[in-house]
Amino acid sequence: MELICPAGTPASLEAAVEAGADAVYCGFRDETNARNFPGLNFSRDELRRGIAFAHRHGVKVLVAINTFARAGAFQLWQSAIDDAVAAGADALILADLATLAYAARRHPGQRLHVSVQAAAANPDAIRFYVERFGAQRVVLPRVLGVMEIASIVRETACETEVFVFGGLCVMEEGRCSLSSYATGKSPNMQGVCSPAGDVAYAQQGGRIVSKLGGFTINAFEKDEPAGYPTLCKGRFVTPKSTGYIFEEPVSLDAGVLLPALRDAGVTAFKIEGRQRGRAYIAGVVRSFRDILAALDQGRSAPVTGLAAMSEGQANTVGAYRKAWR
Amino acid sequence: MPNSATPNAAPPGPLVLPPWLTHAMAPLPLGPLQPLLALTLSRIGRLHPDLYGRLGEHAEKRFGIEPTDLPFAFVLEPRPERPQARAVRRLPAGLDVRIRGPLSGLIGMAEGRLDGDALFFSRTLSIEGDMEATLALRNALDDARLDFGTLLLGCLGPLGTRAAAFLRRQTGQARPAQAAPGGSSWN
Repeated sequence: MELICPAGTPASLEAAVEAGADAVYCGFRDETNARNFPGLNFSRDELRRGIAFAHRHGVKVLVAINTFARAGAFQLWQSAIDDAVAAGADALILADLATLAYAARRHPGQRLHVSVQAAAANPDAIRFYVERFGAQRVVLPRVLGVMEIASIVRETACETEVFVFGGLCVMEEGRCSLSSYATGKSPNMQGVCSPAGDVAYAQQGGRIVSKLGGFTINAFEKDEPAGYPTLCKGRFVTPKSTGYIFEEPVSLDAGVLLPALRDAGVTAFKIEGRQRGRAYIAGVVRSFRDILAALDQGRSAPVTGLAAMSEGQANTVGAYRKAWR
Repeated sequence: MPNSATPNAAPPGPLVLPPWLTHAMAPLPLGPLQPLLALTLSRIGRLHPDLYGRLGEHAEKRFGIEPTDLPFAFVLEPRPERPQARAVRRLPAGLDVRIRGPLSGLIGMAEGRLDGDALFFSRTLSIEGDMEATLALRNALDDARLDFGTLLLGCLGPLGTRAAAFLRRQTGQARPAQAAPGGSSWN
């Protein structure tokens, strides 16, 4: 089983390597990747040095170029692909059909992974990416149950990677327009959900009120754990009730499901959080490395104890164990 | 669709100075702090020039840092030309960003030992103002791997630098990266 870990900066990449990552994923400092936050991501030179560092320690680097290219600006995505290959990336994580086609044609030997942003959630979709572009792995969207994942693995000849910890998109990634509606900027094209420039927090006594693009999306009482300013985890007033409609402020923690996911035939476990600090990356990676070591030795998986790192200081196993459709 | 979130007990937060100590520090003059802040900021700029690349345009912003357990606050203007940090009794109006939290939490985040998002989730940290500038500063500092102990001791000259190196060795912070278990070739 592979442990795939996030890195938003060179220091985070080194922290992930030191903590026991099998592979680290990262992106360039522009709109070609889905974590396009201020002060985050890698220059070309930083990526080259980061890959060299990781390879010296036997760790792979996957480069996420996983937004959907803007019409008339495809050169930006092409150069990202070319530069990642030239830097020695072990795999490219792509979502847009045009970027997959370009990479497959221009760099036929390069390993390609289908990003979670592609929302490839069934065997037909996955087979298309494998047959058309030679994709060797698909990152599954966080809307599938463990049994559904097992079924997909049985029906396709493609490696699968699933998220096991971190920020939880409850929509099919790549197809969510909630943040676009509120801000006019698309997570899938500009690479940022709830862009920082559109976020505002106001302190009102002990409460904090969070706004996105002028919409009030939550108010946290004094000492109530807070969450990200995302609409999918906003608290809404409706004629029937006031509360969370889509999802509560909560992070995914599928630590207890690792044995089931392994038995389902999953190839790699992925940790979300390129936008998080080194402390998060080191702590979460170590925790999941410990679980994998325990499973390898036939011991039961230790509890992660990562609630303090989690949005709303709460965790869920999300759709992996869903009781609804 | 509501989900079955499992709330978990949070571990203890960052250390908070006792109120009596905060109160005892209140009459102290801020004057002696100013040259130390200027020297520390100058050393950060010299030792971590990449920090400005990550800050980008936000280096020109004015950040208010308000330790909730100190009787004074700081105004940081990190611009590459003439960076400035000064201690103030009360944060002035018109700042781009205001960050509040216990001193140990703020230092822990600046040094990358504590995760800023986690501090925000636990309500240890509060932020108001320009969120782009806030994120840029947080990410730039996290990548810089600052060590305020080393920076402050370094202000004392070669002896301080040696003392800082000794302390780093003693606390294990000079540990090289360990080989990870991955490594088989794909392509």
